[in-house]
Amino acid sequence: MSETLADELSDDAIILGAEASDWRSAVRSAGDALTATGSTTDEYTAEMIRAVQELGPYIVIAPSIALAHSRPSPAVLKTGISWVSLANPVEFGHSANDPVRLVVGLAAVDHDSHLATMSNLAGVLSGDIDRLLEATTPEQLRALIREHTQ
Amino acid sequence: MKIVAVCGMGIGTSVLLKMNAEKVLRTLGVDADVEAADIGVARGMARDAQIVLTSEEFASEIGEVAAKVIVIDNFFDLEEITTKLTAALPE
Repeated sequence: MSETLADELSDDAIILGAEASDWRSAVRSAGDALTATGSTTDEYTAEMIRAVQELGPYIVIAPSIALAHSRPSPAVLKTGISWVSLANPVEFGHSANDPVRLVVGLAAVDHDSHLATMSNLAGVLSGDIDRLLEATTPEQLRALIREHTQ
Repeated sequence: MKIVAVCGMGIGTSVLLKMNAEKVLRTLGVDADVEAADIGVARGMARDAQIVLTSEEFASEIGEVAAKVIVIDNFFDLEEITTKLTAALPE
């Protein structure tokens, strides 16, 4: 098992201590990081924001954590993830899990080839993420993720 | 037994929910088929399912189905999933 979440997060995919005034900026940061890695075009960022506008903040899947994503579309060039920790917690309007401190961006080219990534993500995000949120550099984050991965 | 995990886009939250539900079912020793679906196809699929797992935003959208609709707040909380699934399983 050599592929861990840490291996999937390049420096471009990681934004630590992002300033976001509202949920749209927070999602936009996650989208910008995905675009920076070559995973998506800017259009995907708009799609992710539209998804929350239309469906509500269902992407806030656990206390403090939002999984920003939209459906597979031409705006997705390859499967990818991004990691955006927020400088200040942001309200997304979720009844149970607000406020958000971490936005993970996810782009998939179809409905199943990213399953290993999802499995890695679940392994890292289950349990306490406080330590992960303390990382101040990408290297530190990746090291913490590796420690955190069972 | 058939279970449908529902979300908005079919690639993110439903997949996570499906993965964790399968983990829980294995631990409980329950034999069930879990499918991930987005809300568009979920309504149709829910007609053949015994249980629907979803987040609060979609619970009302599923509509009138015979399946038990279970709302999960924390998709990573295996305890929450275990408690709620156990309560919904036929004895």
